[in-house]
Amino acid sequence: MTQPANFEALSVESATVVTQPSTWQRVKRNGSVRLGGIALLILLLVAIAAPWLGTVDPSLFDPASRDLTPGKTGEITTLEGETLQHRFIMGSDSFGRDIYSRVIYGTRVSLLVGVATAVVALVFGILFGLMAGFLRWLDGPLMRVMDGLMAIPAILIAIALVAMWKGSLLTVVIAIAIPEIPRVTRLVRSLVLSIREEPYVEAAISLGTPTPLIMWRHILPNTVAPLIVQATFICASGILVEAILSFLGVGLPPDIPTWGNVMAEGRAQFNQYPHNIFFPGIFLAVTVLAVNILGDGLRDTLDPKMAKRV
Amino acid sequence: MNAVAPILEVQDLTIALPKGGDRSTAVQKVSFTVGRAEIVCLVGESGSGKSVIAQGVMGLLPKQLPVTGGRILLQGEDITHAPLARLRELRATKISMIFQEPMTALNPVMTCGDQIDEVLAEHTKLSPAERRAKVRAIIEEVLLPDPDRMMASYPHQLSGGQRQRIMIAMALVLEPVLLIADEPTTALDVTTQKQVLELMLQLQHKHGTGVLFITHDFGVVAELAHRVAVLRLGDLVEVGAKHDVLQRPQHDYTKMLIGSVPTLHLHAKPNDPSAPVVLSARGLAKTYVDKGWFGKARTVHAAADVDFDIRRGQTLGIVGESGSGKSTVARCVVRLIDPTAGQVKLGADDIALMPHSQLRPLRKRVQIVFQDPYRSLNPRRTVGQAMVEGPMNYGMQRAQAESRALELLKLVRMDSSAMERYPHQFSGGQRQRICIARALMMEPELLVADEAVSALDVSVQAQVLDLFEEIKSRLNLAMLFITHDLRVASQVCDYLAVMSKGKVVEYGPAHQVFGAPQHEYTRALFNAAPGRDFDFAKAAA
Repeated sequence: MTQPANFEALSVESATVVTQPSTWQRVKRNGSVRLGGIALLILLLVAIAAPWLGTVDPSLFDPASRDLTPGKTGEITTLEGETLQHRFIMGSDSFGRDIYSRVIYGTRVSLLVGVATAVVALVFGILFGLMAGFLRWLDGPLMRVMDGLMAIPAILIAIALVAMWKGSLLTVVIAIAIPEIPRVTRLVRSLVLSIREEPYVEAAISLGTPTPLIMWRHILPNTVAPLIVQATFICASGILVEAILSFLGVGLPPDIPTWGNVMAEGRAQFNQYPHNIFFPGIFLAVTVLAVNILGDGLRDTLDPKMAKRV
Repeated sequence: MNAVAPILEVQDLTIALPKGGDRSTAVQKVSFTVGRAEIVCLVGESGSGKSVIAQGVMGLLPKQLPVTGGRILLQGEDITHAPLARLRELRATKISMIFQEPMTALNPVMTCGDQIDEVLAEHTKLSPAERRAKVRAIIEEVLLPDPDRMMASYPHQLSGGQRQRIMIAMALVLEPVLLIADEPTTALDVTTQKQVLELMLQLQHKHGTGVLFITHDFGVVAELAHRVAVLRLGDLVEVGAKHDVLQRPQHDYTKMLIGSVPTLHLHAKPNDPSAPVVLSARGLAKTYVDKGWFGKARTVHAAADVDFDIRRGQTLGIVGESGSGKSTVARCVVRLIDPTAGQVKLGADDIALMPHSQLRPLRKRVQIVFQDPYRSLNPRRTVGQAMVEGPMNYGMQRAQAESRALELLKLVRMDSSAMERYPHQFSGGQRQRICIARALMMEPELLVADEAVSALDVSVQAQVLDLFEEIKSRLNLAMLFITHDLRVASQVCDYLAVMSKGKVVEYGPAHQVFGAPQHEYTRALFNAAPGRDFDFAKAAA
C-alpha cells in the first residue's frame, strides 16, 4: 500500500495524547464525597475524643438530677462517691444520667457497628459471590440459599440470636450482617459473571493463567469500585438497624450507651421530655445522612454505570 | 453549487468543549451547505466532531457543548439559538434524523405503527383514519413487506434492516426538507446496508430531500455522496464534489485517509502450498442447546462441519455477516469455548475435545487478538504487567520476560516507556498494538485475529494491517483472520473461507474466491460491498 511519507504524523489518533484525571482526583473533587467525608470525619473525631469533650462517665446517675431539661446544671455522683456540679447540655433522663455524655459515647458504638457490619458482609459476600460466579455448579444451590436468607428480616434474626447468646456487640453485628450478605453476594456474582466475559479475561485464559490467579488478578480488582459504594450503604443501614434493635430492646444491653438505647429509655416520657429522644435522633439522622451522601458521591465517581442504573 | 438557495447553511460554526478536554473546541469555523436534493457526506475519524455538528443542527447539543460562534441557517431561518418551542416545530416537519442503532432509537414498548403515528398526531391535524392511511403508505414506500403486520409489530420482532427502514419511514413521513443520517448503516451487515442505502437514495431523489450523511466509511461515500466534507479534529479540511475529493484530494489529510481506505485486492499472492500445516480443522461443530425448565430444548448450530487448514507463513481469512459463526470458529480454535464435535489438530495434538488440564501446555501455541481494544487489557494492570503475564505463567524469569517485552514493544512501534503506563493512557490503535505484542510474547505458531481491526479508524486500521503483515512475514506465523470487511480480507488473506449460517459455503485461495466466486451467497456478499467499483485516488497518494 502506498502512503504519504508523513502518514504517522497525520493520523489523528497517534497524535492524540490521552489525558484523564485519575479516579482519586475525581473522587476528591466531588462535592458529595467532600461533604459526607468531612461530616463523618468530625463524627469519628467526636467518637475518639469522647472523654475530653466535657462528658462524664455515661453510666453515672444521680437521683437528685432526674429529668433535667437541656442546659440546666445539677449534681452528679461519681463512682468514688464524689458529688460534682455538672451542666446537662442535653438534659438528663429519668435515672439522672447525662444524655450528652451518653449520646457522645454512643457515637463510638454506632460507627463501630456500621463499619463492622460492612466488613463482615463484604468478606462473606465476596467469598460467596466469587464461588457462585466461578463454580457454575454451585451457583444455583448457593443463590437459592441466599434468596432464603434475604427473606428473613434482620430484626427476627436479632431476636433469635439475642435469645440464644444474649445481646452483645458481636450478636448485633452478626444479626445485621446476615441479611446484607446475600445482597453483596448477588452484586459480586453479577460483576464476576460480566467481567469473566471481558476480552482481557479471555486473553488471560489463552495466556495460560491459572483460574485462581485470574480471579485474584483480573476479576477481584475490577469489582472494588462498586463494592466500596455498596459498603457505604451497608454501613448506613447497619447504623440505622442497630439503633432500631436497641430501641426495641433486642440490641445491645441497656447499660451500654447507644443512640437506640437512649431513645428507648426516653420513650416512656416522650410527651414531657422530648429531648431524651430528640438529641440521639439528630445524631443518628446526621450520621446516616453523611454516610449516604458519601456513598452517593462515591457511586457517581467510582461507578458511573451504576449511577445511570439507579 | 445550486442556483437556488441551499436548504441548510452552516457558517463558521464553532462549538466549545468543556474544560479539561484534549482541545478547546469540538468544531471550529466549519462552513458548508446542503442544497435541495443533495447528499452531503460528512466524513471524519472518531473525535473529528462530525456527530457534534449533526446534534448542533438538530438543536440537540448537551449543555456542556455550547455553540460559541457562527450560524446555522435552515432555509434562510437562523436556528442557531432558536427557542425550544420553535425547534420542536421544526423537528420532524423540516429536519429529521436517523441514528446508528435502530434498536435503541425506537421505543421497545410501542408498536412501529404507533410510533410513526405519534409523529403525525403531534405535528398534523389529520384524523386517525387519515393518519393510519398515511402510516401504511410510508411503510409501503420503505419497501417493508406486509405493511399491516409491520404496523402491529414491536421493534424487537423486526430485523436490524427492517428497524432501520421503520426509522427512515418515521423520519420521512412528514416530508422534511433536510434529513440528517448519523452513521445509519454502520450497525448493519453489508447486504442489508446495500439495501438500506439504495432505499435512502431512492426516497431522497423522489422527495427532493437534502441529506447530511455522517459516516466514516469511504465506500459508503463513494456510493452515495454528491459532495463530501472532510473533518479532522474539528477542522473542515476539505469540501468539494465527490469526484474531486475522492480522486483529486488536495489536503494531505484527505490524501492520507483515502490512501488508507482498504480496497479489493485481487492479485494472486505467492504462497507455498507445501508449507507445513500448523492447524487443521475437520468437521468442527459447536451446538448450543438451550434447555428450558419446561417445553422442548432449543438447539442452535453456531458452527457445523467446518473444515480448513492453516499453513505456516499463510493467512486464512474467515468472512461472513454477523451470526455466521465466524467468531465461534475462532473461539473454538483458541478453546475459549469447547467445540461440540470435530477435530482441531494443532501439530500432532487434537485440541478440539481435550480436557482443560491437558490443554494448558498447548495454549501458548495459539494466541488471539480481540476486536475491542478498550476491553482487551485489564484497566488495573500496567502494560508491562500484561506483557510478562503469559511467559511467566510458563516459568520464564521476570527479568527475561521484561527484556523480551521491550523488544516486542519496539517491534510494534511503541515506546519503551509504555511498560510503566496503564491502558487508559493509550489510544485504541496503540492498545491494539500492545495486544498484538502481548500475543507475540508467547511465541505462538498461530495468531488468531478476531475482527482485530474492525473497531479502528481507517488510518489506524491501515497501520495495524501493515503491522500484521510485517509480523507475519518476519516471524513466519500462521494467521487466522476473522473479519466482516471483504476489502480488508482481500488485502491480508492468502486463503479465504466464506461462512454463512454456521457453514463454510466457499473455501479456496483468496484471489480465486474474490476473482470468481462460485457460491451465490459469496457473490451477493461481494456485490454488496460499498464503493467496490469506485476508483479511489490511490495513485495520487
